[in-house]
Amino acid sequence: MIIAEQKPLKEIKKLIHDSEKVLVVGCGTCVTVCFAGGEREAAILASSLRMATKLDGEGKDVSHETVQRQCEWEYLDQIEAQVKKADVILSLGCGIGVQAIAEHFPDVWVVPGLNTAFLGLPVEQGVWAERCAACGDCLLGMTGGICPIARCSKSLLNGPCGGSENGHCEIDPEVDCAWQLIYDRLNKLDKLDMLLELRPPKNWRSARDGGPRRIIRDDLRLASEEE
Amino acid sequence: MAEPVRENGLVVGSFLEKVLRAGHFAVTCELGPPQNADGDLIRKKARLLQGCSDGVNITDNQTAIVRFSSISAGTITIQEGLEPVIQMTCRDRNRLAIQSDLLGAYALGMRNLLCLTGDHQTFGNHPEAKNVFDIDSVQLIEMVKRMRDNREFQCGEAFKGKEPRFFIGAAAAPFADPIEFRPYRLAKKVNAGADFIQTQLVYDVEAFERYMQKVRELGLHKEVFILAGVGPLKSPGMARYMKKNVPGILVPDEIIDRMAVAGKPWAGRDDLTSEEKRARSKAWRQEGIQICIDLIRQIKLIKGVAGVHIMAIEWEEAVRPIVEGAGLYPRPKIITESENMQA
Repeated sequence: MIIAEQKPLKEIKKLIHDSEKVLVVGCGTCVTVCFAGGEREAAILASSLRMATKLDGEGKDVSHETVQRQCEWEYLDQIEAQVKKADVILSLGCGIGVQAIAEHFPDVWVVPGLNTAFLGLPVEQGVWAERCAACGDCLLGMTGGICPIARCSKSLLNGPCGGSENGHCEIDPEVDCAWQLIYDRLNKLDKLDMLLELRPPKNWRSARDGGPRRIIRDDLRLASEEE
Repeated sequence: MAEPVRENGLVVGSFLEKVLRAGHFAVTCELGPPQNADGDLIRKKARLLQGCSDGVNITDNQTAIVRFSSISAGTITIQEGLEPVIQMTCRDRNRLAIQSDLLGAYALGMRNLLCLTGDHQTFGNHPEAKNVFDIDSVQLIEMVKRMRDNREFQCGEAFKGKEPRFFIGAAAAPFADPIEFRPYRLAKKVNAGADFIQTQLVYDVEAFERYMQKVRELGLHKEVFILAGVGPLKSPGMARYMKKNVPGILVPDEIIDRMAVAGKPWAGRDDLTSEEKRARSKAWRQEGIQICIDLIRQIKLIKGVAGVHIMAIEWEEAVRPIVEGAGLYPRPKIITESENMQA
């Protein structure tokens, strides 16, 4: 899922400072699961902002709403009335949610309350880690289900480099060496010979390097939407 | 990939290649370009290294710190009569920039190239930089070989005219984890097209011998020239720091002890005058050079080792006494058959 974390209150206050009516919009999907921007966090942030702006002597009118998914128009339609009443929408969705609001309500000012961090999973209570770089050309079948693009600091395809020590990456002892993990897993599953093959340079066209990406599925398109 | 074209048995004809193919125990050393635009500093360092080695590595933004570029410094080094081994990392350039720079580097007279992945920018002076890592060191080696032997760019497009002919070097980290895989990763670099290897610093000769044993079992020493990395220690603190903090460097306690003993006359005193500190530093450095000499003498006996790569970081003055002390001075003068006939 998409992992995000809330921006510091100071930065959020700056983003909304010239608005009177603030609508905090939470999202019920990924950012709810990672405790960054769900119903609960939206309520807490709205209340914090009410208090903080009151203390600053400029008490703002802060309310909050949470939709099932900020990244789909039909859910945004449900809060249209509240959105139109606000001077600013403080989105607690990921970067996609913020942009969906901007796209769906062209006359409304929207600012982000979260920093969208990465695609990952919770590895233990309160700890999330990156797992996928959305490169558009999955190579997990060659690396035992461990992604060197997302998890090796240098995205090596023929790793490990000389900076691997005791299972950690030299950039940070808290970071696992992806290639040690790959090595261990292939070793355990008796597939080490896969590591001997030279992996050619990656085609980054399917990644962000090829420009903004989109997927078109003709089998799913409605006749009227086809170009 | 096509077999490399050879002339008089040489793929490239660089001095380093000639020394190695003639079977001499090769010596390369390192020149670190400055963090400013002063070419005279490079000239000064080049003069210190004159006649001491068969090739001078010029680092490429080493430890991710911005420095005078490797190819530019290489040009100055050539003007000073030394043969550079330019270095190229994958951190700062994508495949377009690397190939473009290498075409130019060849035209400027560079003939040896060390292909590296590059230190992560976290360690340097621009930790906020975006890195590239479009390709990795193994892919870089293959790309350079294809430009040389197939006259084609990485994309597969053939080109006409002069091809950049580099004697292709690669790095090896014999003691980094997973240690069992290291000889095989070396094999990957050899299969990709490496002509010579320069290893990470060796202080633990026994561990290096174990590595070389596996390398010999795989027959790699017959396919690639392996230069063992060595470097003089400046203090016991440096030795301890490397042992503890630098991945892939093993420093045995005896070596740390030797360094400590060299500083014994000043040990346990925290009231050293600056003069005494200088004297202690001199004693440490002297021992560091001696340890390096002893290491080279031991490494030279290991079967399959074709030379040493001396990394005296920001201490180019140390190279000459090390080379002399190890009995590797003067360096061979190589005359090829064709040059001989011309003469």
